[in-house]
Amino acid sequence: MGSYILKRLISAIPVLLGITVIVFLIMSMIPGDPATAILGSYATPENVEKINRDLGLDKPMVQRYFIWLGNMLQGDFGRSFSLNRPVLDEVLERFNATLVLAGTSFVLCSLLGILAGVVSAARQYGFADKAITFTVLIGISVPSFFLGMMMILLFAVNLKWLPVSGMYAIYGGGDLPDLIRHLIMPALALSAVATGVIARLSRSAMLEVLRQDFIRTARAKGVRERKVIMGHALRAAMVSIIPVLGIQAGFVLSGAVYIEIVFQWPGVGRMLVDAILTRDLLLVQGGVVFVAACYVLFNIAVDVAQSLLDPRIKT
Amino acid sequence: MMAFLKLLFRNRLAAMGAVVLAFIVLLVILTPILPLQNPDITATADRFKRPFTDGHLLGTDHLGRDLLSRLLWGTRLSLAVGVAAAVLAAFFGSAIGITAGYFGGKVDNIFMRGVDMLMAFPYILLALAIVAALGPGLMNALIAVAAVNVPFFARNIRGITVGLAGREFIDAARLAGMGHTRIILTELLPNVLPVIIIAMSTTVGWMILETAGLSFLGLGSQPPQADLGSMLGEARSALISHPHTSVVPGIMIFLIVMSINLLGDGVRDALDPRLRSGALSRPLPTTLVNRKGNIPQPTDDLLAIQELETQFHVGKRIYKAVGGVSLAVKPGECLGVIGESGSGKSVTALSVMGLVASPPGVITGGAVRFQGEDLVGAPYEKLRQKRGDRVAYIFQDPLSTLHPLYKVGQQLAEAIQSHHRVSNSEARTRAIQLLKDVRIPNAESRVDNYPHEMSGGMRQRVGIAMSLANEPDVIIADEPTTALDVTVQAQILSLLDDLRRERGLAIIFITHDFGVVAQLCDRMAVMYAGRIVEEGPTNSVLSHPLHPYTRRLIACVPELGEGRRELAAIPGLPPVVDDLPPGCAFAPRCEKVRDECRQGDITLDRSGARAVRCLYPEETL
Repeated sequence: MGSYILKRLISAIPVLLGITVIVFLIMSMIPGDPATAILGSYATPENVEKINRDLGLDKPMVQRYFIWLGNMLQGDFGRSFSLNRPVLDEVLERFNATLVLAGTSFVLCSLLGILAGVVSAARQYGFADKAITFTVLIGISVPSFFLGMMMILLFAVNLKWLPVSGMYAIYGGGDLPDLIRHLIMPALALSAVATGVIARLSRSAMLEVLRQDFIRTARAKGVRERKVIMGHALRAAMVSIIPVLGIQAGFVLSGAVYIEIVFQWPGVGRMLVDAILTRDLLLVQGGVVFVAACYVLFNIAVDVAQSLLDPRIKT
Repeated sequence: MMAFLKLLFRNRLAAMGAVVLAFIVLLVILTPILPLQNPDITATADRFKRPFTDGHLLGTDHLGRDLLSRLLWGTRLSLAVGVAAAVLAAFFGSAIGITAGYFGGKVDNIFMRGVDMLMAFPYILLALAIVAALGPGLMNALIAVAAVNVPFFARNIRGITVGLAGREFIDAARLAGMGHTRIILTELLPNVLPVIIIAMSTTVGWMILETAGLSFLGLGSQPPQADLGSMLGEARSALISHPHTSVVPGIMIFLIVMSINLLGDGVRDALDPRLRSGALSRPLPTTLVNRKGNIPQPTDDLLAIQELETQFHVGKRIYKAVGGVSLAVKPGECLGVIGESGSGKSVTALSVMGLVASPPGVITGGAVRFQGEDLVGAPYEKLRQKRGDRVAYIFQDPLSTLHPLYKVGQQLAEAIQSHHRVSNSEARTRAIQLLKDVRIPNAESRVDNYPHEMSGGMRQRVGIAMSLANEPDVIIADEPTTALDVTVQAQILSLLDDLRRERGLAIIFITHDFGVVAQLCDRMAVMYAGRIVEEGPTNSVLSHPLHPYTRRLIACVPELGEGRRELAAIPGLPPVVDDLPPGCAFAPRCEKVRDECRQGDITLDRSGARAVRCLYPEETL
């Protein structure tokens, strides 16, 4: 197992390099003078000169890429001009908040989605199946940002059950219950679509598995039906569910951008949007590379989980 | 195409989606000629009018602009941008995919590596990076969304192209001296186009949503021009005070996305033939029972199948897989059931413990009695307690019948623990002993193997060990040796025979192999088209077959050492059991058939140990 993880980590290196190349290429599409674009139009001449020197903008592109990459490897993602602090510090701080939100949503959508799919398959064509199928259809059709806004209207404004937005209360908050109260709505809104997708997939994966011969064998052995479904069938279905969980994690991370805007969540998505609107390009660049790299590592974790589940995968 | 559309619209939800979508598209096309107010004229005095006020059906927004007008113009823009993004993504993605798939080799490798890199991003990061570089704006948002979706098309289309590029017609075109461009445009593209269009139709909703999302973030369409996303984004600041400005565009996005989703699901279902036949339904824990007629009286046999009828209800068709079969075994007895594939022997066997997949299977008549107790229609828990404990199964093809993700030891232990309160370590010890009983070498280490780590013969032994786990009274073996080579088969048969003699268990052995029956079984029954046509002691049946079918079946068996002889295959095929003709089901293939054979039911005549269902048997009873 250890060697498999190592092998996967090594195979991630070209992907990570590819990510930096792509981001670099996209950023070099910026029209006009990059230094001014990066620093904004109110940049002082000294600053323009400094960034030209730091990024080596007078040098050829290939060389520039390696300077940038080398700096990043040393933990230097540049400096955000709008916040006047190192990009990496800001990204790390914001990413923490995103991780809380997206992580919670991911756990939620995985658990709820798989559970709904299993129940739906086990009660195929029954009331529960129809109710779940209908809910899922609605769930995957509502844009998460609209769902979030409607939740604010209902639960925060009308029912006053939950705070409207933010991560902590401004006065007197800051503890875990406070965080949870703030987290409920955004996490639910963010997980809705992914829950639906996972539920659908789990249902069809379960239906596929339940028709297999080994399920009949389990029943012929006299295994209790609950165990047939939750053990034999779900275990086999997980083989096709887990890769989709990995893909959905990407969608949850993407959706977090909208949800962070709607709920004023101080995460990396909102940071990126603000950075784009203020043309703080080094912040965008650093944020994108950092989050994409985290996602690549997460996908390795998914692969490892898959290999733990399925002994047929050669490790 | 017509059949496809028919199928699509039979799906009521898909039809609903199509209607809603068509209505929206129609509205959007008509928008310029509808009597709407100018969407961009501000009238601050009239701001935030509620819906259904005079002159403003849906009210006004924060600048007093008519919401209905803005909604329709915004929808128009959103749809146009979404469709344009889909077309762009499809064009570039397909171009990359076709090129990579057609040329293969290095080109393929380089292109697909690039695509993999793009797919390593959560999609929005890539879109944000592009918008960041190009600057906010609707056109740039469109480019970003299209670019993000290029990898999806490239992957799909490449897969299809690779399959096509190796086909003969491409080679033929190449030999005819066509250039690459021409082959791609005239030979490949027409074949790939339908896939491109389907891929587009399933992603266009998604792209509408994504561009709306970027506009919502303020990175797409810039004021005063508005699409649905930016309408929602602008309304957000007034969400609490004037929710209608948010609800109106939000519901429109919801309707568009949902109708496209419904339609897309319908298209997918209509194209997937497995769903078309309705085959994708899961079997219930026990077979459905819907018995009509009398329930036969108990006998003193250990296991008695009495006048059993099992059918498959598929749509309006009824397949009578088992049409009134009676079989019985006593302790220590081995009964062979023989017949061609499709003769109903496996379904008979599975009906005993309610294991026929249901739907579509239904037991419609007769009884199955274990020690006199009727199992047909017995409550689930009662049946479960007997399954694997008193009546155990051995199935054919142990690669698919063993769970691929559990160790064989776990699967054996589970068989025991489903019926007895036994600790894990004790169950494991018993599992090892069971493996030893079926003569698996190195049982102590084999117990931790997964099925895929064992050979076919080994797996079959595991299947047998599993059936023995609770020392059952009856074992039903459904072609347990068919998939094995002859030497392994012989070992397994002698193993079963030993067990029968040692433990006195009764075996129902289902096969199409006379050799196996002769070696193992005391009595045998021959099945044809869901009914028993002949029954009797094995030796007697084999030496003096009574039914023409039995005789012909035996004649089909080659024998070693007999030299070359013509094997007498039976002409024709077994009948399909959804529409059996009256009379003898074998009549169409029988040499001795007479008119009477096709009229009315023929009974199973019994005399002593023998029974035959034939008006003109080979020998008189």
